[in-house]
Amino acid sequence: MTDAAHAAMWERLDLDLEAHDALLAVLGKFYGDIYLSQQGRLKGAEYLDFVLSEVHGLRIREIQEAKAAGKKVVGTFCVFVPEELTLAAGCVQVGLCAGAKAGTELAETLVPRNTCDLIKSFVGFKLARLCPYIESCDLVVGETTCDGKKKAYEAFGELANMHVMEVPQCKGPCDLALFRSEIGRYKEALEKLTGKAVTAEALAEATRRVNAKRRALQRLGRLRAADPAPISGRDALLVNQISFYDDPDRFTAKVNELCDEMETRIARGEGVAPKGTPRLLLAGCPMAVPNWKLPYLIESSGAVIVGEESCIGERNSRDLTDETPADLEAMLDALAERYMKIDCACFTPNAERLEHIAALAKELGADGVVHYGLLFCQPYAHEALKVGKAMEAAGLPYLAIETDYGMEDAGQLKTRIEAFVETLA
Amino acid sequence: MTECAGLDIGSRSIEVVVVRGGEVLSRRRAPTTFDPLSQVRALFPDGPPPRLAVTGYGRQLALTLFPEARTITEIKAHAIGAASLFPEAATLLDIGGQDTKAVALLPGGRVGRFEMNDRCAAGTGKFLEYTATAFGLSVADFAALALGGSDPPEISSMCTVFAETEATTLMARGVGQADIALGLHKAIVARTVAMLRRVGLRAPLAFVGGVAKNPCAVRLVAEAVGFSPLVPDEPDMTGALGAALWLAKTPS
Repeated sequence: MTDAAHAAMWERLDLDLEAHDALLAVLGKFYGDIYLSQQGRLKGAEYLDFVLSEVHGLRIREIQEAKAAGKKVVGTFCVFVPEELTLAAGCVQVGLCAGAKAGTELAETLVPRNTCDLIKSFVGFKLARLCPYIESCDLVVGETTCDGKKKAYEAFGELANMHVMEVPQCKGPCDLALFRSEIGRYKEALEKLTGKAVTAEALAEATRRVNAKRRALQRLGRLRAADPAPISGRDALLVNQISFYDDPDRFTAKVNELCDEMETRIARGEGVAPKGTPRLLLAGCPMAVPNWKLPYLIESSGAVIVGEESCIGERNSRDLTDETPADLEAMLDALAERYMKIDCACFTPNAERLEHIAALAKELGADGVVHYGLLFCQPYAHEALKVGKAMEAAGLPYLAIETDYGMEDAGQLKTRIEAFVETLA
Repeated sequence: MTECAGLDIGSRSIEVVVVRGGEVLSRRRAPTTFDPLSQVRALFPDGPPPRLAVTGYGRQLALTLFPEARTITEIKAHAIGAASLFPEAATLLDIGGQDTKAVALLPGGRVGRFEMNDRCAAGTGKFLEYTATAFGLSVADFAALALGGSDPPEISSMCTVFAETEATTLMARGVGQADIALGLHKAIVARTVAMLRRVGLRAPLAFVGGVAKNPCAVRLVAEAVGFSPLVPDEPDMTGALGAALWLAKTPS
């Protein structure tokens, strides 16, 4: 694909071409510094490099071709949107990443200044006309996981065709019933969008496809228990990030290939860092593309990340959807049950998250836990304190970091992370 | 035994301590300025010592001059330095030019839990320097002025810039300069003590870094924690000392 063809496509999507070129240039440089500089990378990481280099190119082309063939495109911000249903409706689902500062001043005309960078980012990308995914969407699905997002969706809804799912804040029987009805409502929204009914056969097939993707990610997660670590935390994060926008079946195949290579590497006792390198579990807020700041700081401070307890990480692949129900209503029940297992910080209480972190750290042989809170993300800021107490009880060294998409705190963060790693060595 | 030098490149000042074994041979310092590498070169007129450890925010920068040098974080360096001066210390407070660190010390000067201010300069030496300048005073004279205060107003601003605005408002309201100066000192000590409590403050407390030279800060820390901190003669040398001592124990 030539640059000119890409540019013509971006122009048709009404992107701000000059600003978009600048964004891609920064992204390319950032990727080179953080990813291509890594030593001993897996050969299968070529897939990651290719997908990322064509993140606004070939993947958008595929999506445009799917649209031309009559498919609808659904954009999401959160792991509560059931991908099974989107695929069963014959739609393409893409995660709208929101991991970079873009259009911040414009965004601050629609959301308060003391809003987290993730929200400002998706509003900013839309207002600054920088994201070909948002511009390709026929429907954008929001969810009520935090006050910042739910109010931002009110403003965003004036810019895009939106459907907002209500996510309960507790986990009692009535909450499950509420989310079950929200799944029904989402199904109706999809049927209205496509003009076709979602069938049991289509949902069964879509559930198998999404579970296959989750199984591949689970396999990758388990392989990271090996010492030396067979994959860097940065690359594993990228795999999880790509899972939100690449074609699901291609992604599953490629991740399984990556796992095959990791198994060979583990059998040979090889890895990306010497055996005995301090191993850290990263917990907390999701890191959307290209929010690689903290993993890079950690992995350039003499440690290796062995897991991501995050929505763009283990939380998204931990639970499978039950494939046994045969009729549509029972399948929708199974979806509600699967999604209500998510231990998002929006729930109260959310004790299972603390147990999951300690268990995951143990399974992966982590020497410590780093908690990442995005500045102004109140649910995770509260849980950072609770996780700290839980890790103390579990005997796991713990470092809580609160930061945003800016780079001005990189020096101080590096000192804190290096000092934490020094205490583990 | 080889000489080992510790170099601490901070935001405001650069210190060098040279040790042989556990014995300190020399100490030197220079302001950081906007050209820290020239300042570092001037501190080593005869070239770098055979073994060098660098700490402080300029530690990576120094590797461009001395690629063979080792680096450690200022948190670990201060812990080792403080433990060598006060082996009984259980908690460490370091207030430097742009960072404040509270560290729970484990036996042998190892680092336990620690806290460090994030990007903001509130609660650091920079805050005192900035507010002293607003009073038209040196930091030493500003501390002396504050020691004469008796009824400090509460400075509630978390921000260095807004604290000045708040101080100006207080002056316009007729609050005495000494009281305002004392209030500004109290503001940074309050932030600092909160950090100490988060790491689990235990006596004895070693207080190091440039701000430990400020008698008003030392008095207020003592009042806030309920006991007198241990302050070395040259508190700003602690990081360089720790780096040198760490290197002396690290095989080359």
